[in-house]
Amino acid sequence: MVTFEGMEQQRSSSGASLSPRSPSSSQPFLSVSVSDPVKLGNGVQAYISYRVITKTNFPEYQGPEKIVIRRYSDFVWLRDRLFEKYKGIFIPPIPEKSAVEKFRFSAEFIEMRRQALDVFVNRIASHHELRQSEDLRTFLQAEEETMERLRSHETGIFKKPSDLMQIFKDVQSKVSDVVLGKEKPVEESDAEYEKLKRYIFELENHLAEAQKHAYRLVKRHRELGQSLSDFGKAVKLLGASEGNALGKAFSELGMKSEILSVKLQKEAQELLMSFEEPLKDYVRAVQSIKATIAERANAFRRQCELAETMKLKEINLDKLMLIRSDKVAEAEREYHELKAESEQATKTFETIVKLMNEEIGRFQEQKTLDMGIAFHEFAKGQARLANGIADAWRSLLPKLEACSSSQ
Amino acid sequence: MMNQDHVLHASQDDEMESLVLHDDNGNGNGNGNDSSGNIQQPSQSPKSPFNSFLDPPSYAEAIFTSFDSNGHDQTLEQSSRSGTGSGSGSESDCMQISVSDPQEEQELTNSLVPGGSSYHTYLITTRTGKSEVGVRRRFREVVTLSERLSEAYRGYVIPVRPEKSSVERKVMQKEEFVEQRRVALEKYLRKLVSHPVIGKSEELRLFLEVQGKLPLMRTTDVASRMLDGAVKLPRQLFGSESVAVDLNDVTQPARSGRDLLRIFKELKQSVTNDWGAAKPLVVEEDREFMDKKDKLMEFEQQLSNVSQQAESLVKFQQDMGETMGELGLAFVKLTKFESEEAEFESQRVRAADMRNVATAAVKASRLYRELNTQTIKHLDKLHEYLGTMLAINNAFSDRSSALLTVQTLSSELASLHSRIEKLEVAASRIFGGDKTRMRKIEELKEAVRVTESAKICADREYERIKENNRSELERIDKERQSDFQNMLRGFVVNQAGYAEKMAAVWEKLAEETSTYSSNNS
Repeated sequence: MVTFEGMEQQRSSSGASLSPRSPSSSQPFLSVSVSDPVKLGNGVQAYISYRVITKTNFPEYQGPEKIVIRRYSDFVWLRDRLFEKYKGIFIPPIPEKSAVEKFRFSAEFIEMRRQALDVFVNRIASHHELRQSEDLRTFLQAEEETMERLRSHETGIFKKPSDLMQIFKDVQSKVSDVVLGKEKPVEESDAEYEKLKRYIFELENHLAEAQKHAYRLVKRHRELGQSLSDFGKAVKLLGASEGNALGKAFSELGMKSEILSVKLQKEAQELLMSFEEPLKDYVRAVQSIKATIAERANAFRRQCELAETMKLKEINLDKLMLIRSDKVAEAEREYHELKAESEQATKTFETIVKLMNEEIGRFQEQKTLDMGIAFHEFAKGQARLANGIADAWRSLLPKLEACSSSQ
Repeated sequence: MMNQDHVLHASQDDEMESLVLHDDNGNGNGNGNDSSGNIQQPSQSPKSPFNSFLDPPSYAEAIFTSFDSNGHDQTLEQSSRSGTGSGSGSESDCMQISVSDPQEEQELTNSLVPGGSSYHTYLITTRTGKSEVGVRRRFREVVTLSERLSEAYRGYVIPVRPEKSSVERKVMQKEEFVEQRRVALEKYLRKLVSHPVIGKSEELRLFLEVQGKLPLMRTTDVASRMLDGAVKLPRQLFGSESVAVDLNDVTQPARSGRDLLRIFKELKQSVTNDWGAAKPLVVEEDREFMDKKDKLMEFEQQLSNVSQQAESLVKFQQDMGETMGELGLAFVKLTKFESEEAEFESQRVRAADMRNVATAAVKASRLYRELNTQTIKHLDKLHEYLGTMLAINNAFSDRSSALLTVQTLSSELASLHSRIEKLEVAASRIFGGDKTRMRKIEELKEAVRVTESAKICADREYERIKENNRSELERIDKERQSDFQNMLRGFVVNQAGYAEKMAAVWEKLAEETSTYSSNNS
């Protein structure tokens, strides 16, 4: 099974997470798999449940192995929690919630979603900080009822992915306003960072276009496949009405056409899973970074606001002290509170900056690897298809010769 | 009928040609031993819902070179076929036709309306061995030629001429219309020349060689013919004029309008035939003929289906090529972007990977486009044979109308005989003879003699046409067999060849990205 990570997947009971060396009990490991999608419920209420299997030797975990049942919204919950707690880190993206596909729930759609969710969890499990997350532990181990409670009691800012999208949009407009210099509120004056922001925004556009064409390419494969099938049928009918050797030749051609139609449909699916989906995943990852950028902007603003407020409070305090007001004590208390808050805000912001700097390099490396694999699979798939087509047609030639010589 | 839904356009070509891919292989510009050659794609006619299936699909207008398994260029089969005429092979029989240089000329009329209308003439060049003859003809003269041939060569499967398509003329741009017509004329004349009988005809020779106005008599327009007929009609109806049947007339179908009375009679006869009141005179042959006709009709139906599907196939192949090209372009942009913005080595590596993907995609896109032009060429044969089916139908209706003439004359004879008998019976009752009746009987007996000789001509003509039908069908069948064999082979070789080329492109990319394969990491 192809993953985007280049890691071995959990078919075998031993799964390597970070190191390719076989795990020993001294080496900490955490490996997760998402499998066995099952459709539950009816009509509008229908949903897919997945089996999540965890194997680990982390002491914080309940045991070496745990199996739980999770649904899509549980994954969303996990993502939201991580986003809140680990500001600055690029949280791995999850596949979009699709209101339309949900009703159809085709086998291909289910498999693609399963694969994407599997990748999601594994990325978390292999991130040196995220893997320590308590929310992750909850996700991997809690009973279904607990998860349900947590899901419905979600009090975080992001209740639904649609909220998340809205915030992305707000942030996008705010950040791009800033980038474009429309507003002049508090903003970082870091030139490097500006460059990064511009890069991320432009990158998304480029990637979205590539992904769009990749998706269309899938469609073209399907269309061409269908057309070959129709062509083959018509040719077979012509062969039947022709009779004789020529008719036989037509029939053979028609049959080959139909065989190739099947190959094309198959390759279309491969293309979707191994090429288009990784591109989409890349786009999602970039969008996730944009959300982090928004967080950083928020943190920076907060830091600045608090610093401002603190200064004012300080001035006020000095004034009060000068006139020996009895409000001094209270003001002093407030001032110290504020100072602590301000320091906290600064620390938060600086953490985000530091983390982002680490993340960006890791991100670039990861993406090169992910895309490299996708490109390789793409090339292999297309080569396989082309060779299949060539072989099929070539095998027809001796039959055609036989038909013409027996004329 | 078939709707032409797609247009080959070169706009994407330009964008891709202008890309610099830093590719040491030269961007696959049809280099080296590729037989891709030059693909010129003149601007295509816009889709027209009024295209009858006779008009070639617009995709056929692409100029291309063929690809065969040896990778060598091969000239079009058609030109080699038309060149050898009936295949007799001798140098002097080799006629090559080309239609070129359309020019607009003014209508020379003495009309009172100033600024007369214009028309186009085309230069028709005939090359035989070493000599060359060129004439200028306008479309109207082509119509005349076609009509003359239909009249003179009844029963033969005569290639159908290009349509007048007055609607198209209004819808299309002038240059496009003229170009489309030029191509159609060329194809038509080449087909005429390669017909074993028509190719040697005097009518065609005159058309191709005689300078100035075409010395073929235009068949008078229907209106004046009808008028002439109408003038004669009353006297004939009242029987005061004997039914003067011109023997020449007998060999022409009544529908040409020369003899209104004859049209009425034959109409009556065909109605009689249809109602089954009178059995058609020739029964046994008809059955075999009807079977053949049915089979051909079914074949035509299937052929039409395949032709339609072939059009779709070509469209989808083209779409595939286009999208592949667009994907390549998107990756080119990404490559450029990542290269320029690179802060990390991993970005540079990725940019290099993307460049490889872009190169492969663009190459594949070009291959799809080439594949398509070849596919069109091969599958165009299907379309051509649909035109042939129409010509066959014409040949069949020649036969039907000849048969109708025979049957009309037969029943005419029968009725004359019965009238004579009745008169003789009546006359015999009158003692001493009946001068009026005797005279009438004599007249009728004269009519019988005339009608009998007319019938002999008609019978001969019918037999002749039947034989023409038969030999033509035989000839066409053989040609069709070999044409279709070649078409199939060409199509298959083409598909296989291009698939192999594409496999090579993708295998190269797979190799370039092999460091990422799951075997390695």
